[in-house]
Amino acid sequence: MTLSASSIQTLTQLSYLVAAALFILGLKRMSSPVTAVSGVRWAGAGMVLATVVTLIFMGASPFNLALVIGAIAVGGILAWVSGKRVAMTDMPQMIALYNGMGGGAAAAIAAVQLYRGGEHSVVHLTIATIGGFIGSVSFSGSLIAFAKLQGLITKSVRFGGQKFLNLAILLATVGLGFMVVSGTGPGMPAVSLFFVLALLLGVAMTLPIGGADMPVVISLYNALTGLAVGFEGFVLDNAAMIIAGTVVGAAGTLLTQLMAKAMNRSLGNVLFSNFGESSAAGGSGVTGSQKAIEASDAGVMMAYSQKIIIVPGYGLAVAQAQHKVWELTQLLIDHGVKVRFAIHPVAGRMPGHMNVLLAEAGVPYDLISDLDEINAEFETTDVALIIGANDVVNPDARANRASPIFGMPILNADKAKNVIVIKRGQGQGFSGIDNALFVLDQTRMLYGDAQAAVNQLIQAVKAAG
Amino acid sequence: MIDGVIALYIFMLAAFTGYEVISRVPVILHTPLMSGSNFVHGIVLVGAMVALAAADTTLLRVIGVVGVVLAAGNAVGGYVVTERMLQMFVSAGRRKGP
Repeated sequence: MTLSASSIQTLTQLSYLVAAALFILGLKRMSSPVTAVSGVRWAGAGMVLATVVTLIFMGASPFNLALVIGAIAVGGILAWVSGKRVAMTDMPQMIALYNGMGGGAAAAIAAVQLYRGGEHSVVHLTIATIGGFIGSVSFSGSLIAFAKLQGLITKSVRFGGQKFLNLAILLATVGLGFMVVSGTGPGMPAVSLFFVLALLLGVAMTLPIGGADMPVVISLYNALTGLAVGFEGFVLDNAAMIIAGTVVGAAGTLLTQLMAKAMNRSLGNVLFSNFGESSAAGGSGVTGSQKAIEASDAGVMMAYSQKIIIVPGYGLAVAQAQHKVWELTQLLIDHGVKVRFAIHPVAGRMPGHMNVLLAEAGVPYDLISDLDEINAEFETTDVALIIGANDVVNPDARANRASPIFGMPILNADKAKNVIVIKRGQGQGFSGIDNALFVLDQTRMLYGDAQAAVNQLIQAVKAAG
Repeated sequence: MIDGVIALYIFMLAAFTGYEVISRVPVILHTPLMSGSNFVHGIVLVGAMVALAAADTTLLRVIGVVGVVLAAGNAVGGYVVTERMLQMFVSAGRRKGP
């Protein structure tokens, strides 16, 4: 290189500035369906620019340069292959996984700063330590969220005094952080213990949280990783990291709030109150028995309806039934039935999860309505077909003050003349709450895997002529 | 070197920007947008690269390599899943037309 040190510095900073602008413009474009794909490509161009410029000008020794390139290749290829292969239904946990990796990377940057020691100012060390703490929590917490959604951890671990234990870990971590920053601790061992405790805190915080709250938690960790990246950006004097990290931190916080609001839960509620405990106390209001229906009868009922609203939920995602559902829908439309899809904001495991799946199957936008648009229409609907959804159609949320989900806005499927519920078994849903809808007079249960059940419905509708 | 107060200004303006960018988003794009913002914080890759480039002991190199592998996974994986998700909206939108 014949460039002087200062012009290299300027060139690098300028490329980061352009990258940051591309990130913001990309996110902006991603917020409209028409420009969304170009948005992620703009952001991708920014990422490539920043990475290449850094690679060329970072001034590494040949050995370190080889390590950098090798590490990028390993991480990049593994992520590329897994990202390409994963089924659309498993997207939420992949986002959790990649997000955790970002948090881990921020923590690693902090670790390099803290282990190196040397002549850093207190401000510098404090910011590095806070970023390392947040990144570590996000890393281990996201991995637990991934394991839960992937089905590797099926139980929510809860025990008495759990909150106090978590508080104790938090205080110990913060205390060690002070020692690290002020240099009063036992040096290296204090730094190591600090990271171990921060990682432990992420695990301990996430283990008791039920699966129904996972979208909020993943979104929160996404915001936290952004924040950690922003902090480490201060430490490294890297404007691209400060801007991108902070933008994600703020955007992620807002997204988390929107999600929690859609579920009528506060963030504190999600993190510190155990869903299972409250439902055990309040879920006793449901009496009556579920009435089963055969697919052939349900098919006939639907074929001769005028208006049907389909309410998809996580069961549809698990069974990969989105293509079959669209096939059934087209068949019904050919029969002259008016079919609409009603999507609850938190149906599935993430807001928009169902929209992604239905879009994958090719369902056009104009058949899909959200809660506010469609709720008044259930009263004039012949059949509400619930596919693997549960809490989002539980009328207890309107009527039963004792219910843990009381106050959550729901789809008024219980107002429809007939309700058909496709469900795997008689048990409670993911949240462990009884559903009053399932025992109503007009409700019939069609037990089975969503894909198999919808397939039977298709045959039945075809047979009905 | 970014001056401390300047850094705070950057922080504040970036926070407002993030808030503004996402506040007018339809619910159907929440998951892709979360995925997209997940990709954007993959910029941590450049920080991890710089940290590894400056590493001069085995311990720092090991941590640095772990950091770069994780960051590259965040950036690449985040991009791939976001693009796949958004691609579906495009194809679904086109099929809607005549």
